[in-house]
Amino acid sequence: MTTRVETLRSRRSAISTVMLGLTGVAAFVVVVPLLLIFYYLISSGAGALNLDFFLRLPAPVGETGGGMANAFLGTSLLVLYAALMGIPIAVAAGVFLAEERSTLLARLVRFVADVMNGIPSIVVGIFVWAWVVVSMGRFSLLAGSVALAVMLIPMVARTTEEMVRLVPKELREGGRALGFTRWRTTLGIILPAARSGILTGILVALARIAGETAPLLFTAFGNPFWEWRLNEPVSSLPLLIYQYAISPYEDWHRQAWAASLVLICLVLVVSLIARVIIKTPYRGG
Amino acid sequence: MERPDETISLEAKNFSFWYGSNRALTNIDLTVPARQVTALIGPSGCGKSTFLRSINRMNDLIPNIRYEGDIILDGESVFRADQDVVLLRRKVGMVFQKSNPFPKSIFDNVAYGPRVNRLVDGKRALEDLVEHSLKRAALWEEVKDRLGKSALGLSGGQQQRLCIARALAVNPEVLLMDEPASALDPIATQKIEELVYELKSEYTIVIVTHNMQQAARVSDRTAFFYLGELIEVGNTEDIFTNPKNEQTEAYITGRFG
Repeated sequence: MTTRVETLRSRRSAISTVMLGLTGVAAFVVVVPLLLIFYYLISSGAGALNLDFFLRLPAPVGETGGGMANAFLGTSLLVLYAALMGIPIAVAAGVFLAEERSTLLARLVRFVADVMNGIPSIVVGIFVWAWVVVSMGRFSLLAGSVALAVMLIPMVARTTEEMVRLVPKELREGGRALGFTRWRTTLGIILPAARSGILTGILVALARIAGETAPLLFTAFGNPFWEWRLNEPVSSLPLLIYQYAISPYEDWHRQAWAASLVLICLVLVVSLIARVIIKTPYRGG
Repeated sequence: MERPDETISLEAKNFSFWYGSNRALTNIDLTVPARQVTALIGPSGCGKSTFLRSINRMNDLIPNIRYEGDIILDGESVFRADQDVVLLRRKVGMVFQKSNPFPKSIFDNVAYGPRVNRLVDGKRALEDLVEHSLKRAALWEEVKDRLGKSALGLSGGQQQRLCIARALAVNPEVLLMDEPASALDPIATQKIEELVYELKSEYTIVIVTHNMQQAARVSDRTAFFYLGELIEVGNTEDIFTNPKNEQTEAYITGRFG
């Protein structure tokens, strides 16, 4: 009798060990691409990283040296304007989705947001090209920002909705029991309680759109010079990486690697900040 | 603040309540004397919380509810057509089972209600009101040096007393407490009970509790609810020593519930 129990037990623990091992391998496989990417980026791009890279304009075709300063500015402005346009709309829409969760309009908006989250970003680019670029008659920083905002809004709206929904209902009741109106309770109590989660969602979305290339191809278009005006085409890091990578020049390839390294570091830093923020959620009794 | 000296604060008249087609309360007739503690006891789902939440119309937040009969506060129906729910909820404060401090500083938790409702003028008056409210909730000594810190850093018992201070800050007449100590340890519970005992000199208190000893300790009157009906109500001493109804006796002696 004892031996049978013993056999069963060792069989169970053997299966448990194997399964645990398999999940461990799977987890490792998930991390491998990131490690490989970092390895390639550092070995191929770190050499091209110097002060010129951050401070100077791209060198003319055929010359070596130069930098990507205008692309840094361009990406910063694109993300900034996309955030200014997109975040207020997205957060407000997310609050609406959470507050009026089962109305017809909310269900419709939620469905559309989910579809838009799945739309290939190149399609967003084409849409904004037809909508903004064609009507303005030119590629522009504005068009690029609109394209990125279109990417950002459904992402942030859905995370905001989820975060607002996570706020305990007791908190809403606490506000209403003090005689606060619904909007006062939502703006003054619910939103602050969901703040860290919403902020995290925003940062993740910003990191994501900062690296987008396809929506910018026929909107921001690219520009070899300094540009910060809304109605002019601007350079951006992902676009420049794309242009440099498909060029025949060795030096440009190195710079593309370097730019990729910088871009992924930026995304990493933003993600880390988001991680830190999400560790402080609402904690009532 | 001077209040009209009335012996009856609150009165339910033939009050019935439905969630959808589900009847939660049946023909409740209950008078709540002013400046006393009335305990509502009964097994889970008996309707005592529903009744409590009808008084300040918190049930309005739930869709598909219906009621009949009336609840009278200060001689006026809480359900009357021109009732200002904001004013009603200022007159009838509420403390919840789970402490629910706002994600703000300790000071702002107490100050938010008066500020929104424009109860005081000036920074000094607001600070006085916050101090006064925290003192009445027996929390001042513990938090006076960290009023600017987040309320979420307080212990569960302190959070609950902060929620009481928050309710007191808008100067209510009635305080509704929905199992205010059920999530607290015995020492924190004792503090809440002492507080209830002190507060009844100024406020009418209606407290829902599952804890029979608590009801016996803090309340002047006890009402026993069962299956949505008010089975028996009377002086707490009588209810606990000499209940007239068999079901009441069975419940308080722990034979069911």
